Amino acid sequence: MTEQNPVRGFHAARWNEPVVMELGHAGRRGQVFPAADRAVQKSVGRADELIPAGLARKRPPALPELSEPEVQRHYLHLAQETLGMMGISLFGTCTMKYNARVSEAVAARPELAEVHPYQPEETLQGVLEIFHFFDLILRELSGMDQFVFQPGGGADAAYTHCCLTRAYHKAKGQLAKRDEIVTSIQAHPCNAATAAAAGFKVVTLQLEANGYPSLDALKAAVSKRTAALLINNPDDMGIYNPDIKEWIRIVHEAGGLCFYDHANFNGVMGKLRARELGFDACMFMLHKTFGAPKGGGGPAVGAYGCTAALAPFLPTPVVVKKAEAYHLDNDRPRSVGKIREFWGNVPQVLKAYAWARAMGAEGINEASDLSVLANNYMDAKLARIKGLARSNPDVKSWRMEMTRWGLGPLKEATGVGTVDVANRMADYGIDPFWMSHEPWVVPEPFTPEAGEMYSKEDLDRWIAVIAEIVREAYENPALVKSAPHRQPIHQIKSGPLEDPNSWAMTWRAHRRKHGGTHGR
Amino acid sequence: MTPNQSSAHPWMANSLADIKQAMLKEIGAGSIEELFEQIPSSHRLKAPLKLPRQLKSEAELKRHLMAILSRNETCDRNLNFLGAGCWQHHVPAVVDEIVGRTEFLTPVWGSPQSDHGRNQAWFEFASQLGELLDMEVVQLPVYSWGCAAGHAIRMAARLTGRQQVLVPALLDPERLSVIRNYAEPPEMANHIEVVSVAHDKKTGGLDLEDLKAKISARTAAVYVESPSYLGMFEPRGGEIAEIVRSAGAETIVGVDPLCLGVVRPPADYGADIVVGPTQPLGVHMNCGGGVGGFIASRDEERYVRQYNGFLVSITGTTEPGEYGFSLSCSHQTSYGMREQGRDWTGNSVYLWAIANAVYMSLLGPSGFREIGELILQQAHYAARGIGRIKGVRILFPKGFFKEFVVNFDAAGKSVAQVNRALRRRGIFGGKDLSREFPAFGQSALYCVTEVHAKEDIDRLVGALKEIIAK
Repeated sequence: MTEQNPVRGFHAARWNEPVVMELGHAGRRGQVFPAADRAVQKSVGRADELIPAGLARKRPPALPELSEPEVQRHYLHLAQETLGMMGISLFGTCTMKYNARVSEAVAARPELAEVHPYQPEETLQGVLEIFHFFDLILRELSGMDQFVFQPGGGADAAYTHCCLTRAYHKAKGQLAKRDEIVTSIQAHPCNAATAAAAGFKVVTLQLEANGYPSLDALKAAVSKRTAALLINNPDDMGIYNPDIKEWIRIVHEAGGLCFYDHANFNGVMGKLRARELGFDACMFMLHKTFGAPKGGGGPAVGAYGCTAALAPFLPTPVVVKKAEAYHLDNDRPRSVGKIREFWGNVPQVLKAYAWARAMGAEGINEASDLSVLANNYMDAKLARIKGLARSNPDVKSWRMEMTRWGLGPLKEATGVGTVDVANRMADYGIDPFWMSHEPWVVPEPFTPEAGEMYSKEDLDRWIAVIAEIVREAYENPALVKSAPHRQPIHQIKSGPLEDPNSWAMTWRAHRRKHGGTHGR
Repeated sequence: MTPNQSSAHPWMANSLADIKQAMLKEIGAGSIEELFEQIPSSHRLKAPLKLPRQLKSEAELKRHLMAILSRNETCDRNLNFLGAGCWQHHVPAVVDEIVGRTEFLTPVWGSPQSDHGRNQAWFEFASQLGELLDMEVVQLPVYSWGCAAGHAIRMAARLTGRQQVLVPALLDPERLSVIRNYAEPPEMANHIEVVSVAHDKKTGGLDLEDLKAKISARTAAVYVESPSYLGMFEPRGGEIAEIVRSAGAETIVGVDPLCLGVVRPPADYGADIVVGPTQPLGVHMNCGGGVGGFIASRDEERYVRQYNGFLVSITGTTEPGEYGFSLSCSHQTSYGMREQGRDWTGNSVYLWAIANAVYMSLLGPSGFREIGELILQQAHYAARGIGRIKGVRILFPKGFFKEFVVNFDAAGKSVAQVNRALRRRGIFGGKDLSREFPAFGQSALYCVTEVHAKEDIDRLVGALKEIIAK
């Protein structure tokens, strides 16, 4: 069914919810804890006498005092004032997909939620088995030999790779000489940033006419100083670099390692394997591609996998299977040690495993099919809307699972840019789109990624809303520039956010600087 | 059965032949395969994908997952005294409800208007933690306590232009390993030297003589914890901060925020940057997957400009009197400046920041006082009971919060032996420290919190008595 008018009327909840610090009444309680048993009190005496001299708190913290239902209702109101993917969220580079409720229900069970990582191994066999089974699934998808789940996100996996790169070259006695990491301007900023944070100099390749850096540019950048290449493929334009095998050969010849940032795996999953292309390591985002929820930015997992040659350097512990039982291998003398405490965001690993099992090989293949089909479907329909420009117009081939678009022509004609359109989308109950990482190589960019979850009707509605906002921009640009109009709040003032005299990251700072009001 | 039914996957609305055909027709493509034309055929899979059987029935999937997970033992059904960076605390039901809300659980970003409620909840996380800490700037959490310490140390190095940090010798080896990675190996140009400072034999805090001997004009920061990995409060924090200040370095203090209803916040005795774990504030242990780390400081521009991650500020809107919340100083992050940004940032544990916000709202000042008192009294009760067992000794018997070190040397038992025997009685004994700190012999780190009742502690003491007597 296609709706007669897919642009629906919408208005977000507007609770005018005060900041929690303004709520409550002295003496109210949301949780109480019992006094210690009399025998306990008798044995140890008063609590304040158990605190070293001078360390007892003098003034109680100025926290709100609320009853339990007041707290519940306050945060429910805040939930309702969050569009939170209840609309249609085609947030490119993030691969929005369904986060199965059954996985949430299972992860919340005490068999996972109330488990301690230092319990004896024989009491952790279930969670270790999940790790092992899922490791095997990722090995099959990538061709790598071992995965770990310790990195707390995609950026942390890139950082993990930089740590392994240090250890690998140090073991060869070459770390002092190999101090450069090569990446491209279209690779996620975290690749460049983690390389720098790990102590490497960053060499960034620029895009050329085909939409990716040329082989010549790569050859000029690679040398005996090259420690590693960190690269994604396809990029966020939806363009696949067909020279990638040659890139890897060149970097390997120079003695560097090659890391595949698989942030954009959705369009190629089941179609290619990182190892078969020649990569030494790769990472998958379980909170994107593998159906675990994003939580507004984590808890996340950047699953990091590598070849047997790099495996000795992996962070500890590594889950191994010996004699029908699972073990945590901490005895790895060449390991980089810890990237983060414990073994990773375990519930997200369970949810990703559940996703992979529910999909199976045929479902994973179908999902990449549908993602690429949906993106090209959107491309065809968006191309008919005035004011929009597709990135790399000379690349005539079908795109992968997302395409970067620009609103440059619309901005020139009407003054309405991508931020304005994103703000206005929410007025129609559509989650604001992703624009682009910096730097913006396309003017006024936006990057829709349809994924496999959304229906054709959803995609049609999304496109119809864009068309409607563009129509508004030509007819009444002020309406769009002053958007949003049907949201929990009006357009925010961004000036104070950058002014040390105005910014306030806590209520106490706000009270000191503004006396507790913004004109209230 | 219609032809469509067999192919439809419940999570993919377009997994139907007629829809795919309609979409292909719309774009003028002959097949889906054609759309993958950019990938050279030599790049395609060499062998077809072989994965375990598809389980698209939710009933079947759930049965499979539960069959595996039921092989775990839990801290619900056993009596647990493990802590050491991941602690068993009560998680209020309202916290679980709020973080389970799909609006908070599934999205990625939105705009300050469309996802206003989430941004406000983040601000309320920072505001409430700021009250506990007595500090005006709190960043959204990073991955863990160790990562927070690592970033704070790098902040201090940038602030001072110095490349050395002093840390306690009794630091958690996991956290130390994380910090060493953040400090970079000696081959790197910006390597930060990590130097250990001995502990005071009586209190377990920092040995001030050793601190004075090691601190110098090369020192960027001194990192201390209170309570520390082994549970003890740092009793001389004020003196330490003075020594550090006179050396021109930064004082970084790690603190468990759960004790701050009864214990002075580090800012009160001179801390410049405060870090710590967020898991105690309403997040389940999740087998170690519940951890997060906060970073806080005074609201001085020199500190604010060094934060690596997301700072959420209150601001106004075009409507007089209305609040909005958005990122502040975001250009200094890796999103804004790539390799020129402060360290790096990305997804972290922002959903847990909402759990933390709800938790702090529920407890309020009285809840934090009560839970602090209850933990202090119960932990000391447990330590005294255990310490009275012949052959068992508490290494630092005073001045701790919820964790303490139990030594079995004089009992002639190893921690491994004791823990195996406890396990047979349905008890998870304390974390074995014998490999981490050989100088402490056969010692274990025990954790007692508000989830324990007096009877639980008595049961532990009784079990230990039996085991030691054997």
